[in-house]
Amino acid sequence: MVRNFQVTVPVDHPAAVRLERRQGGVRLICTGDWTISEVPRLDGELAQIDIGDAKSVTVDASGIQALDSGGAWLLLRTQREAEAEGAKVDFTIPEKYRPLIETMERDHNAPPVTHPPHLGFVGLLERTGQGTMLALKQGYDLLGFLGRVTIETAEAIVAPRKELPWPALVHQIEETGLTALPIVGLLAFLLGVVLAYQGADQLKRFGAQIYTIDFLGIGFLRELGGLVTAIIIAGRSGSAFTAQIGTMQVNEELDAMQTIGLNIAEVLVLPRVLGLVIALPLLTFYADVVGIIGGMVMTYFDLGITIPAFMRELQGAITVKTLMVGLIKAPVFAFMIALVGCFEGMRVERNAASVGKLTTRSVVESIFLIIAADAGFSILFSVLGI
Amino acid sequence: MSGAQDNVVIRVRGLVNGFNGSIIHDHIDLDVMRGEVLGVVGGSGTGKSVLLRSIVGLNHPLSGSIKVFGHETVGMLPEELRGLQLRWGVLFQEGALFSSMTVAQNIQVPMRRWTHMSQKLMDELAAMKLSLVGLPPDAAKKYPSELSGGMKKRAGLARAMSLDPELLFLDEPTAGLDPISAAQFDKLVRDLQQSLGLTVFMVTHDIDTLRATTDRIAVLVKKKIKVGTIKTLIHDTDPWIHEYFSGPRGRAALDA
Repeated sequence: MVRNFQVTVPVDHPAAVRLERRQGGVRLICTGDWTISEVPRLDGELAQIDIGDAKSVTVDASGIQALDSGGAWLLLRTQREAEAEGAKVDFTIPEKYRPLIETMERDHNAPPVTHPPHLGFVGLLERTGQGTMLALKQGYDLLGFLGRVTIETAEAIVAPRKELPWPALVHQIEETGLTALPIVGLLAFLLGVVLAYQGADQLKRFGAQIYTIDFLGIGFLRELGGLVTAIIIAGRSGSAFTAQIGTMQVNEELDAMQTIGLNIAEVLVLPRVLGLVIALPLLTFYADVVGIIGGMVMTYFDLGITIPAFMRELQGAITVKTLMVGLIKAPVFAFMIALVGCFEGMRVERNAASVGKLTTRSVVESIFLIIAADAGFSILFSVLGI
Repeated sequence: MSGAQDNVVIRVRGLVNGFNGSIIHDHIDLDVMRGEVLGVVGGSGTGKSVLLRSIVGLNHPLSGSIKVFGHETVGMLPEELRGLQLRWGVLFQEGALFSSMTVAQNIQVPMRRWTHMSQKLMDELAAMKLSLVGLPPDAAKKYPSELSGGMKKRAGLARAMSLDPELLFLDEPTAGLDPISAAQFDKLVRDLQQSLGLTVFMVTHDIDTLRATTDRIAVLVKKKIKVGTIKTLIHDTDPWIHEYFSGPRGRAALDA
């Protein structure tokens, strides 16, 4: 049950308006505090009042004890409406409110604001079209950025103009890799537990539960370890890059760097890209190990498979190749996450919604690219027979 | 770099700027002379900052020519721009200090980028820049988030002056400052300009700053530019210019 909380601002003198008919015209007597907290009620009361076809209207506001622009607007509106009906309007108002009324009379002649129309189906089509065009342009720009970063990264590694920014690089490896160990470890462990449990559950039916270990080992090493780690890091580091660089953009820090002659790609993007390319494979390996340990714990408690038995079966199922097939994808994922993160960061605009919007976009795009790349690798490997 | 060209530090010819189909600058010409302080004013939306950004290469104009120190900057590749970047400094509106570095480290960024100085020398020079802009020595260790608005601008100025540039760009330097700080900043700019022989290109709204520091004023109005001194602009017939210099604030500032 939800109660409707209405906070009322205490008002010294409740506002009131009443109509008196005199011969020859009407008199609108206004008293009290005509301020914003009373305005909604007054609006209703004024709507009830019918001047009829009186030719002369006197607005007696001498009893008003407080007036703000909301109250003044109601008076003005009443006057204008009466005049539109052909009546002549007289104001009696305390001197101190005169400037306010006069300013509004003089400066405010605009009709009520209008809002952009909500188009129905046509609007939806239009927005879909615009969205598609925007997405295509975005893809095009991203491709350009990819080209630039690839060239600069290659240059920096092969023939560095000055030394690589080591402190920045190490800092990034720490931020994206080291500090991610707890969360990646936890999630990989839990995933290992879940996989082992689900796999065992199904395989039990055929008495083949020992193959849970094969399933776990091959599944984690080839696919899941890399994929899950990349997705976690996309959420964690991809959004961080976008937010960091985006905030710098809003602060004009990126402009300042350019005018000082610093190359943004070299100073900001490169350490992040290289740092993640180094960190993600390491994290993936670590996730693989922890995930399998999680599975091992599960099979021990659920299936009663001892650790030596587990290791024996595992050794039979996986080889170095299994591991490498998974690890080789990690640098590619890392490159994508860092690239998209930095790219979206540089497009942040100077309004409150922009950082949040682009951070979200950066994470979603990275995850999309990761999964698409993973699918691509699967096809590639199956064609190559790996 | 010598010759008669030397006197004109920035030469803009036929500059056209616009976004999304609307034109902001319609064939603008401007000369900025060596050693002068040029104020650039205009109503909101007339593109004062856009003009500044076009000159330093942050904006790409639709057409026209901009020569800084005799070199054409429109269409210059980033590598080519480097040589010029050594010779100018830019103070952005909020200071644009790098938020993850201390004030001293901020000042040292251009030094690190362009020179090979020892840390000791850089620290000494940074201390000098701090006192040059009137910041106390303990500001060196502070982060931008720990500074007041006025201090941020001074720190930004110190960084802009890090390599003793010949040309200084200021984007609304007194915006948001209280009158005392604004007057102090005006005096600072004037003193530095006189003692170091700087050329200053200053975008501003502040009519007090104009009176106190500028030699000439360029007004952006109706997508064109008009250059003059306060004395000549006061008599200009354009309604905006007239309102700006002869309105109540203008008169108050100029009569003071």
